[in-house]
Amino acid sequence: MTELHTLTIAESRAALDAGEITSVELTEAFLKRIHAVEPQIKAFLTVTGELALEQAHAADSQRNGSPRSPLHGVPFAIKDVICTRDIPTTAGSRILEGFVPPYDATVTARLRAGGAVLLGKVNCDEFAMGSSNENSAYFPTYNPWDTDRVPGGSSGGSAAAVAALETPGSLGTETGGSVRQPSGLCGISGLKPTYGRVSRYGLIAFASSLDQIGPLAWTVADLALILQVIAGHDPLDGTSSAQPVPDYSAALTGDVRGLRVGVPREYFAEGLDADVERVVRTAIETLRDQGAELVDISLPHTRYAIPTYYIIAPAEASSNLARFDGVRYGPRLPGDGLWEQIERTRGELFGPEVRRRIMIGTYALSAGYYDAYYRRAQQVRTLISRDFEQAFTQVDVIATPTSPTIAFLLGQKTDDPLAMYLSDVYTVTANLAGLPGLSVPCGFSQQMPVGLQFIGKLLDEPTLLRVGDAYQRMTDWHKQRPKL
Amino acid sequence: MTLSIDDVKHVARLARMHMPDEELEQLRAQLSAILDYVALLQELDVEGVPPTFQISGLSSVTRSDEVNTRLSRDEALRNAPDKYAGMFRVRAVFDE
Repeated sequence: MTELHTLTIAESRAALDAGEITSVELTEAFLKRIHAVEPQIKAFLTVTGELALEQAHAADSQRNGSPRSPLHGVPFAIKDVICTRDIPTTAGSRILEGFVPPYDATVTARLRAGGAVLLGKVNCDEFAMGSSNENSAYFPTYNPWDTDRVPGGSSGGSAAAVAALETPGSLGTETGGSVRQPSGLCGISGLKPTYGRVSRYGLIAFASSLDQIGPLAWTVADLALILQVIAGHDPLDGTSSAQPVPDYSAALTGDVRGLRVGVPREYFAEGLDADVERVVRTAIETLRDQGAELVDISLPHTRYAIPTYYIIAPAEASSNLARFDGVRYGPRLPGDGLWEQIERTRGELFGPEVRRRIMIGTYALSAGYYDAYYRRAQQVRTLISRDFEQAFTQVDVIATPTSPTIAFLLGQKTDDPLAMYLSDVYTVTANLAGLPGLSVPCGFSQQMPVGLQFIGKLLDEPTLLRVGDAYQRMTDWHKQRPKL
Repeated sequence: MTLSIDDVKHVARLARMHMPDEELEQLRAQLSAILDYVALLQELDVEGVPPTFQISGLSSVTRSDEVNTRLSRDEALRNAPDKYAGMFRVRAVFDE
């Protein structure tokens, strides 16, 4: 019998439905795996073993009848910026140390209602700000393919936990590439849905006009199963889309004949590692072999995306993070009077990257600078969106590298914030334009995984998942596993 | 854009974050470098381009004005570092 912790979600679903395994057996296998590899990987901030077994027992006791959702009885992990009732949620920050949410995020509630089994909360860069997981205030997470290297970020725990076979699937969050980038660097699949497709209620806010929750797993078919459970309108999130949710698994036809795939020249320019480029171009050629049409396109404002992002995201963050003042939750540091307490609590319990971004955002929004920075960035954001609108008159989906390099070494970029920011250069555009983006593993460079990114039209997750799944039917990169 | 130490102190005060003196110079240099980098946007002509605040196409979404009992007072107060008689307790804002 296959070791149960190696099963994908679809394989687990089939085995559970056929009565070949129980949810308790499956859950025990993953808990055992977590116990065995966590000392090397450090993906989890909290392991909820007892709760997981309780939920697994409950799932097994409801076996007769059809499953409540594709995830019924399937173990799962959630990034620690997403609220989980009665389970500590820290956002990777000291300023929320000991915080136990009194409510569930909508995605958490949907997973619970769907009968998913919660294995625990996974590590991330503090308040999801970072590209390496080194900004977690607790400890860094390590890349399962090479533990001298970072897993990427900010959903590095979500990606490493899947890649290390500690969970078959997880939720991460994105503001500028934080699901796709670590998925690419850890050799798994990850999706950022269209802005508004998944409710943000109960996600600890970083940049509200960019944030979106997305799934990570080995295969695109698994991502479709998870998205089906979490997508949909939510009256508790005024920005969530009321458009009907299609059947994502039904979209996976394996057929890409006639599909027009745009290859933007700006994403294959200076800064892209030559060997990563070779791997990605080979992957894109595979699609042509299957009948897709490759179209050379231009997204001329690409080079302005990172500077635009590093005004908009910190500006929104400086406002969102004003709520952390040691009054309603989190620790409070002593001080002489109310303001000194607040200033010490914020100054000492936020980490260096979070402080930097709050400072940049505060500066960009301060009197006299608003028009030059924030308003101008919002205008450039319009130009970036128009690039995509123009491109999507010619093509159905866009293919690019997920990241310009393979996973970098721990400590390599920690002293240079700008170098770290540039690792999101190919992913941040989809967040600014609100578009869905997918990363799938497409090969190796220096024995490390390389990610292939697809960007789709607004709410066109079906096409995006179809092309990603079709690619996985032709290749076996998503079946490679790190040796731990 | 070169910020001064006084600029950094001013912004830190606006953000209500205490910054230890020994970190000010490094922060000044890092923030100046980031501002230099984002200055790339100044080269674009954005005359007449409308700003994008968010992409959902939705505006002024409201909910009905009805009381809900999603959180009880006790639950809302559960994480407070200091509370008193069903309220968050803080130091006095005004002097005597």
